[in-house]
Amino acid sequence: MADTTSMPMEASLAKVLVQRRAVILGLVILAVFGAAAILAPVITPFEPAAMSVRNRLTAPNATWWLGTDEFGRDIFTRLIYAGRVSLLVGGGVAIISSLIGIALGLAGGFFRRLDGPVSRVIDAMMAFPDILLAISLVAALGGSLINVVLALSIVYAPRIARVVRASTLVIRELAYVEAARALGVATWRILVHHLLRNMVSPIIVQATFIFAYAMLAEAGLSFLGVGIDPETPTWGTMINTGRQYIDTAGWMILFPGISITLCVLALQLVGDGLRDALDPRISKEL
Amino acid sequence: MGAMESQDTLLAVEGLSKTFQTGAGDVHALKDVSFSIPRGSVVGLVGESGSGKTTLGRCLLRLVEPSGGAVRFDGTDLLALGSAEMKRMRKRMQIIFQDPFSSLNPRMRVRDIIGEALVTHGIGKSRTERRDLTAGLLEEVGLKADHLSRFPHEFSGGQRQRIGIARALAVEPEFIVADEAVSALDVSVQAQILNLMQDLRERRSLTILFIAHDLSVVEYLCEEIVVLYLGRVVESGTARKLYAEPAHPYTRALLSAAPVADPDAVRNRQVLKGEIPSPLSPPSGCVFRTRCSFADEACAMQVPGPVVLSEHQTSHCLKAGSI
Repeated sequence: MADTTSMPMEASLAKVLVQRRAVILGLVILAVFGAAAILAPVITPFEPAAMSVRNRLTAPNATWWLGTDEFGRDIFTRLIYAGRVSLLVGGGVAIISSLIGIALGLAGGFFRRLDGPVSRVIDAMMAFPDILLAISLVAALGGSLINVVLALSIVYAPRIARVVRASTLVIRELAYVEAARALGVATWRILVHHLLRNMVSPIIVQATFIFAYAMLAEAGLSFLGVGIDPETPTWGTMINTGRQYIDTAGWMILFPGISITLCVLALQLVGDGLRDALDPRISKEL
Repeated sequence: MGAMESQDTLLAVEGLSKTFQTGAGDVHALKDVSFSIPRGSVVGLVGESGSGKTTLGRCLLRLVEPSGGAVRFDGTDLLALGSAEMKRMRKRMQIIFQDPFSSLNPRMRVRDIIGEALVTHGIGKSRTERRDLTAGLLEEVGLKADHLSRFPHEFSGGQRQRIGIARALAVEPEFIVADEAVSALDVSVQAQILNLMQDLRERRSLTILFIAHDLSVVEYLCEEIVVLYLGRVVESGTARKLYAEPAHPYTRALLSAAPVADPDAVRNRQVLKGEIPSPLSPPSGCVFRTRCSFADEACAMQVPGPVVLSEHQTSHCLKAGSI
């Protein structure tokens, strides 16, 4: 470390992550799903809504790689288009719930007067079962992609808020925050540069897990029929309709089920890896 | 403290109190603290852990909001200032912290840590001008200009403390609170930092409140000393007088506990009994009486006021002058 170009923490983090096979596996799975979602029209010659009644409930073969559903729509095509929705919902919820959670957590942790009200709201929201709260919010807002994202963001925001508040309570008392106050640095600057900047790691870890939870929850909502409108293919609706043909066309629920499992597993692997890599006590042992 | 007030006073603390409300009751961290700091002097604030030294330093800069009293800085009562006026005042007074590890933001480069001070107070018009100023500050505290783009974790404790000092100096303050600024450092590094502070003080004609529990450090640097016990001033005066003839029993005990670098020195040690009492339920009358070998009934009845022993020394003891 003798030269002037110093190595920030992020560089060593990347190193630790790459050393873990599970993290690589997770990243590869996510990359495959991501690429499939982006390149969907290139990968498959079919339209997700194109029906072929003569070929309904066809088992997987060379034309229909993963079979067809009850209207003769290509499962493989629907699967990757549904993946777009799932990743969109997961990513959207991870970002929006992080923004809401950061605002709540900073407000509660930094301003003593707001801590009581903010903490009560967080506690109250966390006391609800996630899926129940999501169902009632979607029912109130109406089922569309944006509303599902919003509802799930509200459901998961308290998880971020709790992490941010706890970190704020610790960092607020550190001398560098006091030094900034002694200098007369504006409060918003202290919040962004001194507090937020030092809790990026735990937020990213939480956001990764929320990404996975939100994908699962979206599938759950769609399965229960309170999710995004039934026209849009999602893994949850695919499983829901496939349920009726489980004994004659098992592939209808098998592949969306595998997709959900793989995606959530991959996100958990990456999240676990991040958490371990960012915890100095654990990363030393690796 | 007549002698101090007749000089040009930069900072005057008058009847300062700080009460923390806790679940167990009110904690009087500071009670009716008064003293003044002449312009250009270094005043030592000493006392054991829990005496309220750090709280007092924070109260002077309004990092902790005092509960009562006044802090007059160059004639202005800081506690009466609005936030915009206080921000302007912050340019004139700064603080150096004890822990060189928690006092620097680990995610900021040195140039941003020091640069933030410049930006906040609009010092330096352009990025390059601020960069030059920052480099100059680093060199002034004994670091190199090419340290600018490094992160705090690449420095040793002593170097970090130098960065903290550079940050405080960036706004060209007149007054600095040095809160145990060398206590966390190795002894050899302590000496370097103390020498640096001595240099800076002369070069920039700084006024310093030096908070410490190590009396040998205070003796080296300070002209005047204020002794704090359980949030109250027990003795104040010139360093020379206090070291030669401590009047308050607590000051005597503190001094006799300080190591002397002479194995043949005759030591008349006065060992303090017990712990500092809980500020939740301080003793009645004189708060030091529970650990004082001279205490009698009168000490439990009456709160001792300041007794001016000479123009160089004031003791808050009922028996001042007779013990």
